[in-house]
Amino acid sequence: MPNEVRVEIARDEDMLPARAHGRALALELGFSRTDATLIATAISEIARNIIVHVGKGEITMKPVQEESRYGLVVTATDSGPGIADLEAALEHGYASRGGLGLGLPGARRLMDDFDVQSERGTGTTITMTKWRVRDELELLRERRRLLDEKHHGEQRPDGAGP
Amino acid sequence: MSVAILRQGDALIAAIQSDLTDAQVLALRDDLAERVGRHRLQAVIVDVSALDVIDSFVARSLRSMAITTRLRGAETLVVGIQPDVAIAMAHFDLNLKPLRTAKDLDEALVLLGERVEEDGDAE
Repeated sequence: MPNEVRVEIARDEDMLPARAHGRALALELGFSRTDATLIATAISEIARNIIVHVGKGEITMKPVQEESRYGLVVTATDSGPGIADLEAALEHGYASRGGLGLGLPGARRLMDDFDVQSERGTGTTITMTKWRVRDELELLRERRRLLDEKHHGEQRPDGAGP
Repeated sequence: MSVAILRQGDALIAAIQSDLTDAQVLALRDDLAERVGRHRLQAVIVDVSALDVIDSFVARSLRSMAITTRLRGAETLVVGIQPDVAIAMAHFDLNLKPLRTAKDLDEALVLLGERVEEDGDAE
């Protein structure tokens, strides 16, 4: 598994490395080029959200692995004023400042899971994830590897798991 | 700025060379609007094939470029949107009118009425 990457967002140009890291991690996790582009675009949106509304924050990108899928979890945190009307902010066309009405709803549509936690006065955390289902062959190889390890490690006569 | 600007007849070709910051995108729009009058351009072609992300801000800036240059008396054509980028842009549910697009530079020049003529006036 590739390591988690953290990018500080304070200026316009910080969006570019955030996007590039997101894309690279996605490709490393086996996402398609198209999905990697969707992820990079969503990162761009939430990075701009930080720059325009708060000025400063950070984005972390963390690979996760589950039984049947890989995921890239992108988290944007800031300690700004918080989003006053969360529901409105997630609606298409909402623009509070800077005329950006598409940022958050756009990012939400580009990713699979999307969650915003915001508290007035303490800041906002956006967590969004894109998943890639692992294909049959990948799963079979993984199971085989685990079985092999088990055999070598414990020498169980039946070799059967629970 | 990482945009190569070439003149071809009464069209101006702005080829974006690498990802631009928001400020650079807006500067490009303003620069193109100004050049339309200065060079008496009929058309502006913006080549975005080097962009591997076009987010909602850049998409709306391209649209705003098209509107601005139209108000100044010239057409804008965007060429070379990458397939993955087009798929991402479709997620935004964005009204891009009156933005016109073409597959590449050649097609753009044809669409613009083949007013390609060497005038040796390039910068």
